[in-house]
Amino acid sequence: MTRPIENHSRRRFLKGAAGLTLAIYFPWSFAQNAAKREAPAATFEPNAFLRIGEDNAVTVIAKHLEMGQGTYTGLATIVAEELDADWSQVRVESAPADASRYNNLNWGPMQGTGGSSAIANSWEQLRQAGAAARAMLVAAAVQRWQVPADSITVAEGVLRHTASGRQASFGELARAAAEQPVPEQVRLKKPSDFKLIGQRLARKDSAEKTNGSAIYTQDIHLPDMLTAVVAHPPRFGAMVASYDAEPALAIDGVVEVVAIPTGVAVLARDTWTAKRGRDALRVEWNESAALRLSSARAFEQFRALAETPGNVAREEGDSEAALGSAARTLEAEYDFPYLAHAAMEPMNCVIRLNGEGCDTWFGAQMQTHDQAVLAELFGLEPEQVRIHTLYAGGSFGRRASKGGDYILETAHIVKAIDGRAPVKLVWLREDDMQGGNYRPMFHHRLRAGLDAQGQLVAWQHRLVGQSVAAGSPFEGAIQNGIDATSVEGAANLPYAIPNMRVDLHTPGDIGVPVQWWRAVGSTHTAFSTECFIDELAQAAGQDPVAWRLAMLEAHPRHAGVLKLVAEKAGWSQPLESGKNGERRGRGVAVHEAFGSFVAQVAEVTVESDGRYRVDRVVCAVDCGIVVNPDVVLAQVEGGVGFALSAAMNEAITFTDGNVDQSNFHDYSPLRIADMPRVELHIVPSTAAPTGIGEPPVAPLAPAVVNALAAATGKRVRRLPIGQQLSG
Amino acid sequence: MGHFMITLNINGEEKSVAVAPDTPLLWVLRDTLQLTGTKYGCGMSLCGACTVHMDGQAVRSCSTPVSAAAGAKVITIEGVGEGVTGKAVQQAWQGLDVVQCGYCQSGQIMSAVALLDGNRTPTDADIDQAMGGNLCRCATYVRIRAAIHDAARSLA
Ligand code: FES
Ligand code: FES
Repeated sequence: MTRPIENHSRRRFLKGAAGLTLAIYFPWSFAQNAAKREAPAATFEPNAFLRIGEDNAVTVIAKHLEMGQGTYTGLATIVAEELDADWSQVRVESAPADASRYNNLNWGPMQGTGGSSAIANSWEQLRQAGAAARAMLVAAAVQRWQVPADSITVAEGVLRHTASGRQASFGELARAAAEQPVPEQVRLKKPSDFKLIGQRLARKDSAEKTNGSAIYTQDIHLPDMLTAVVAHPPRFGAMVASYDAEPALAIDGVVEVVAIPTGVAVLARDTWTAKRGRDALRVEWNESAALRLSSARAFEQFRALAETPGNVAREEGDSEAALGSAARTLEAEYDFPYLAHAAMEPMNCVIRLNGEGCDTWFGAQMQTHDQAVLAELFGLEPEQVRIHTLYAGGSFGRRASKGGDYILETAHIVKAIDGRAPVKLVWLREDDMQGGNYRPMFHHRLRAGLDAQGQLVAWQHRLVGQSVAAGSPFEGAIQNGIDATSVEGAANLPYAIPNMRVDLHTPGDIGVPVQWWRAVGSTHTAFSTECFIDELAQAAGQDPVAWRLAMLEAHPRHAGVLKLVAEKAGWSQPLESGKNGERRGRGVAVHEAFGSFVAQVAEVTVESDGRYRVDRVVCAVDCGIVVNPDVVLAQVEGGVGFALSAAMNEAITFTDGNVDQSNFHDYSPLRIADMPRVELHIVPSTAAPTGIGEPPVAPLAPAVVNALAAATGKRVRRLPIGQQLSG
Repeated sequence: MGHFMITLNINGEEKSVAVAPDTPLLWVLRDTLQLTGTKYGCGMSLCGACTVHMDGQAVRSCSTPVSAAAGAKVITIEGVGEGVTGKAVQQAWQGLDVVQCGYCQSGQIMSAVALLDGNRTPTDADIDQAMGGNLCRCATYVRIRAAIHDAARSLA
């Protein structure tokens, strides 16, 4: 084990009572020295975000995790635009973990990817980076050709002086450009001059992801590496009481068996042998502190809590009095289960201790947090934890692990064998499905009042559910007992309603680890609010689109996407009717998440036996300037499919503390036959870009359930929909 | 179970491996031969991430003991592009930028190639049928469907 370096103790993580919180000071000079050391002499590396080689390759350094959302492509486009590079010369490389250079500007002093913030926080930063490099290339050409700067043009990776016919590629000027001073100020392009931004450029990761050469954590092989598979406790909170390693060690190829805080790990030279060893282990569990939760009982407790007032997230007017005097009141309750992220690549991590610290390989989503967690366990300084961020085989929020669960588990195994060999931890599907950090279950209760004219005059919304921010680096999101991520989408309901109250109960003693799941709070708040609004529109005898629009005068971007989606979906024309016995319906929902606005119209067909399908989803998006419309479309298609999957079928449930689901037979994501047609319409915008990874997830379930209600008259208020229409 | 020498034919090359005969082909490909393009997703024939071809048929390598692959011609994602159909499918996939996280896509492509090798003009229903065993958690299904049709057109 290495000794910590002295002198870097300014960077510290304070272990607070409620978990790990960040308190960081950044040693800038350390980072800059590191950058200098790494830069090959013949390469032009004007800043932390790009490098131009004499081979004419432009390498963009991506500070964000590529987990499928297309961020490598988007980030590279922004740099290439201001640089006037040719798209074919651009490649992308993952940044090292170094928050002094690569922090997420939306997160403060922390490197990480999430909250649909990658493009939004990088927008100015990468434009500056590209423009600065371009200016230095131009300065190099000025020096070489002895012509004025404004007589030089740059396009598609070539600098030209038209009058003299001289030209040079980036690669030819790279060495000279490196000698130029870094400009203090650069001029950025006007959006009307963009050549790459707004175009459908090919993804940078397509080729290697279609020929099997893309490397994920699961694919890492290091010399002498051992693969670990872990026997985890059957219930959260249980601990190893005793174990018998003999049956595992008897298997040819099992190298070692070690106890760690989260179970018993079997190490072998290959995955299958490690799994066989794990299955052969005999472990006695101490379950005195184990979870005994049952989902049905938990919902009863949540419902009982919902009878009492919670912490107030929003209060306007007097909703109680307004309900009392309303001509008509409606009430509805909504239940949401725990959800697993179930990324196709289960959680995994590779760690190797070396003389100077440790090297790690995984799909790192919160590098700064992960460095801190590992540094603390190994007795290192965070910068001695080198993270090689690899492609992630999906995440949906799972890899931004609160407390670093699977990462820490790998480290404990490495520690238990005294760092003798590099270790790859492999969670099998069952470990992943039952490994927690779920989207929390929630119960919502809504009450609303209409006046005699059918105007919405009172709104009460009570939410009951665990906090995902608690115990995370984002605990600052909790103010006055309100986790902002629990009520996002509810507390900022855009509709003009004179009397409103939104309040929240956060049961703290449930014992199920929860975490952000693609679209976070909006996964449940969009559903309850947009389903209830739809129900109220029906009660008021109003068209669901027109009724919403009338209450959105102060929210033009909500109104903009809603109008656009209604027009494109042909909302004013009747829906084509179904075949014999089939009922068809159309539903709408609009929601803002992470600064982007999304409206969707879903069309469904319900057969006479209650089976249903979603035929078509029309989507309108306002996410500011669109860097790559095809990536936006891909995220909308994927977001629709991901959200539909959860709405139709997904639930993690507990029986006496055991997770009832284990693999894809009982937790079953959407398959191709259930995927609807998806159409996207983008609102033209000159606003700075906002995110697109999560926002399209939010309105899908309410649009579908509203469509099912239009078709059948039955309002589904408990997710997943499952067989509820067949009864 | 003890280890035995088994000779496999992978992407046209003979490979001898010393493994327990009940080891799934998936782990032999990935861990022994380091052909890591074939992915693990479920281990139970539920997700299709591990799909390879054995004598032209799409099989789930997670549930195929390596002993069953002896004597068969095994094609993986690393080799499928050598064939006409495989090349067309990979090109269609790239042309439409099907991939997101990419983790399922080796399996998707292997299933798509097997489909097209048996049916040059698949309908949507044929695609649903042939691709129903391949999960994509990123839900790239719209593009998978379109890319299969594109590949079929280019092969016509
Ligand atoms: S890993 Fe073989 S089907 Fe899932
Ligand atoms: S592309 Fe991510 S699982 Fe299919």
